[in-house]
Amino acid sequence: MRQDIDRRKRFTRRALVLGGLQVAAIGGLVGRLYGLQVVDAERYQVLAEENRINVRLLPPPRGLIFDRFGEGLAINRQTYRLVLVSEQTDSVAATLDRIASLITLSDRDIRRVLKETSRRRGFVPVTVREDLSWAEVTRVEVNAPELPGVQIEVGQSRHYPFADAASHVTGYVGAVSEAELTGDPLLELPGFRTGKNGVERVFEQELRGTAGTRQVEVNAYGRVIREVAREEGQPGHDLTLTLDMGLQNFTAQRLDGEAASVVVMDVHNGDVLSLVSSPGFDPNAFNYGLTSEAWQGLLNDPKAPLINKTLGGQYPPGSTFKMVVALAALEAGVIDPGETVYCPGFMELGNHTFHCWKRWGHGHVGMVDSIKQSCDVYFYEVANRLGMDRIAEMAERFGLGAPTGVELPGERSGLVPTKAWKEAVLGESWQGGETLIAGIGQGYMLTTPMQLAVMAARLANGNVAVSPRLHRDPSAPDQPLFAPLGVDPEHLAIVQDGMIRVVNDPNSGTAYAARIEDEAMAMAGKTGTAQVRRITKADREANLAIEDIPWNERDHALFVAYAPIDAPRYACAVVVEHGGGGSRVAAPIARDVLREAQRRESAGWPDEGTPPRAPGAAV
Amino acid sequence: MAATSHRFAPPGMTLLQKLGAMSWGLVALLMLTAALGFAMLYSAANGSLQPWAAPQMARFAVGLVLMVSLAMVDIRQLHRWAFWVFGIALLLLVGVEVAGRIGMGAQRWIDLKVFQLQPSEVMKVALVLALARYFHGQSGEQTRKWTSLFIPAAMILVPTVLVLRQPDLGTALLLVAGGGAVMFAAGIALRWFAIAGGLTPIALYVGWKYLLHDYQRDRVLTYLDPERDPLGAGYHILQSKIALGSGGLFGKGFMEGTQSHLSFLPEKQTDFIFTMLAEELGLAGALLLLLLYLLIMAYCFGVAFRSTSQFGRLVAIGIGVNFFLYVFINIAMVTGLIPVVGVPLPLISYGGTAMMTLMVGFGLVASVYVHRDVEVPREPGGSV
Repeated sequence: MRQDIDRRKRFTRRALVLGGLQVAAIGGLVGRLYGLQVVDAERYQVLAEENRINVRLLPPPRGLIFDRFGEGLAINRQTYRLVLVSEQTDSVAATLDRIASLITLSDRDIRRVLKETSRRRGFVPVTVREDLSWAEVTRVEVNAPELPGVQIEVGQSRHYPFADAASHVTGYVGAVSEAELTGDPLLELPGFRTGKNGVERVFEQELRGTAGTRQVEVNAYGRVIREVAREEGQPGHDLTLTLDMGLQNFTAQRLDGEAASVVVMDVHNGDVLSLVSSPGFDPNAFNYGLTSEAWQGLLNDPKAPLINKTLGGQYPPGSTFKMVVALAALEAGVIDPGETVYCPGFMELGNHTFHCWKRWGHGHVGMVDSIKQSCDVYFYEVANRLGMDRIAEMAERFGLGAPTGVELPGERSGLVPTKAWKEAVLGESWQGGETLIAGIGQGYMLTTPMQLAVMAARLANGNVAVSPRLHRDPSAPDQPLFAPLGVDPEHLAIVQDGMIRVVNDPNSGTAYAARIEDEAMAMAGKTGTAQVRRITKADREANLAIEDIPWNERDHALFVAYAPIDAPRYACAVVVEHGGGGSRVAAPIARDVLREAQRRESAGWPDEGTPPRAPGAAV
Repeated sequence: MAATSHRFAPPGMTLLQKLGAMSWGLVALLMLTAALGFAMLYSAANGSLQPWAAPQMARFAVGLVLMVSLAMVDIRQLHRWAFWVFGIALLLLVGVEVAGRIGMGAQRWIDLKVFQLQPSEVMKVALVLALARYFHGQSGEQTRKWTSLFIPAAMILVPTVLVLRQPDLGTALLLVAGGGAVMFAAGIALRWFAIAGGLTPIALYVGWKYLLHDYQRDRVLTYLDPERDPLGAGYHILQSKIALGSGGLFGKGFMEGTQSHLSFLPEKQTDFIFTMLAEELGLAGALLLLLLYLLIMAYCFGVAFRSTSQFGRLVAIGIGVNFFLYVFINIAMVTGLIPVVGVPLPLISYGGTAMMTLMVGFGLVASVYVHRDVEVPREPGGSV
């Protein structure tokens, strides 16, 4: 028994040790729990919230683009997408069969959906078809009871109601490219579109808006349990352009797919009323990605539909440049307006002979007559007296040789050559003959149709250095302040007289055939023909009819104009690539466009009381 | 020796007397704890008795009947059957091992149709019984000799190796720790523990190299460096810690746990149910549960101190220590103190086998209590 008592005592001691160890261990657990649940509680609360709450972006609706009368040029159209939630169907294949009996569904779509539903979690909606028509939507909705798991999702896509008529102005939107990624998560949203060209690109920031957020509670598998909070984003700002879509449409139709540019602008405030580069393209096609054949077709078209020729096309101004040379000459005093120059049909300088377009010459011509008849020899003579640098100085005052700054991408600056330019760039000294050539707008001279329109506007508006604008900022003044041109008004009156006679003088005005007969709308203008190829002696002797010359070797036809002649409001530049003569091809287009602009009163604004049409009305 | 030193004549106790002497306090504690478990299972099912709370209640009821029935069994009968029970448990373990080897794949259960018998669970109780009987038969002197080390060591190690091969690291650790605790309480010389402590690194090396499976090594490594695999095994511990920590002092409210209800927490109704409790009821709820556990353990120790027989003492202490080990390993695991070993939280976690084992264990403790003054002979049928 003593032994037994011994044994019991030892047991008691050791049991107490065990019990003590256990209490200590439980104490350790309590310490651990205190650390987690009290000391670090806040940190873990944050982590639990991050687990639970998933922030999703709500893409903002893109700002709409209107013309000056409130016509929608770029709008957002509702699109309907049919999605399938596979866990809500009893059989995906059977449901797809039923869908296929209601709307058109390709075998490829069906195979893709079957594959996707088998790969993804059952609650993830799989897109069955995009872009359902309203009729298809109603057919699906009516049959909804037999289509478990089928949902119609409403989205928005960009739509350009006028398609190719304003394609180079609006530009288009497309999927975000790698280079555009800035870290803004909105850009990484699937299906998000950014402006790729035109106004869509230039005003991307304004049009985009800011993303809203939706906080949803999700479980560990990503299934949305409920919405916790929602913050609507800021829709993109709507944009009103100076364009008159009616005139734009008319112009595009008038050009009828010809490779040509037409710019019409308000001579006073610079509003661009029509800016057509023809042929255009359908910007809607870019929204969902173009097929590679369609893309190649656009790229390889010799008429270059993707290039905005009004800004990116550079052409020698030809005879449309003669007013600038005349003004430079008057200002320099190298010739008196009344002084005549004898034109025998050519002029000799050094070893070279410089021809007039009129083979047998114009005889004695003064300044107004030489503009009216576009006598080349008169301007060879004047240019020779002036020297290149004084011509270049006047050209720059008329906006040539520098970008006009209109709010569109892809503008080129053209070229006004000077002696210093030639030495710096070509490393050769200036030849006297090159001044003569520049005097009739050939040689190194290059201009864009936009620049020519600005030149015409500055010739017409009473001595103001107007610049073009495409965006009608509601906060900006209706009439922006422009610097004075600084040309003697009397000199301007002389060249204007010449331009009026070009169109309206039945006695050998080069564009008399293209006059506007309604005197209240009559226009003034100047023809131009820009050589694409140097004219050889053989050509001169062959004297081929235009139809006999290959298209891409024919001259460009140019015409600059303004109207009406008494109180100028509209300036216009027309360039028809390889069109032949300016008077025959370009002038009639300018006539039709300027007549339409005046008839429509394109430069007018809607009355103060009626603001541009509401966004909804344009849809 | 005569049994005159007893106040009662235990062999003559009637069933009614036994029921009167029953440890109803322990029953009450178990019921309270289990009720907390039912509530958590109800919450885990998003406020539904199905699929967990109701079956768990039924099992607990059966377990209570089993416990009270066992408590009525004479402690001398338990002493007599101890080795037999151990032998049967060992045979069952060998059985699943052989079944696994002849092509049924790794298996831990024997399907008895009505329920699945898990031999390793049976072994937990059987080992305590067998060790208690062995040391009951040894005098204090004998116990301290090195010769009395072999049999108990073999009793612990043979089933441990079998369980490790299943492979079930958690149960193996429980067997070694639980068996070791019984040996310690029985009074073997302390130097053996010192030697065992010295041998542990070697055993660990051998175990690491030859006994552990890849996934078990992975768990240990992930414990040592949770960043190693944030989406795999480490994910569970990380989510468990987030749930615990975000519960704070008073929790997110019953049925309001975001981590558990949004499925970020794995195994919320079984091994990680403590996390869910602490997320929803906070530190306060966790401390309440720990208090209940401490009271149950204290009860076991109290029974051990009251028992006049070494067998009874060792059974009560063995069951108590086993119970503690469950609690400690589970909570240490879900709080990230030790690797994930897959040990359920006693009385709370959903699961039938563990519940039955526990209730059988508490039945033994209750029997020790009821028969606390019964003299148990050194050998069955022999003298005291």
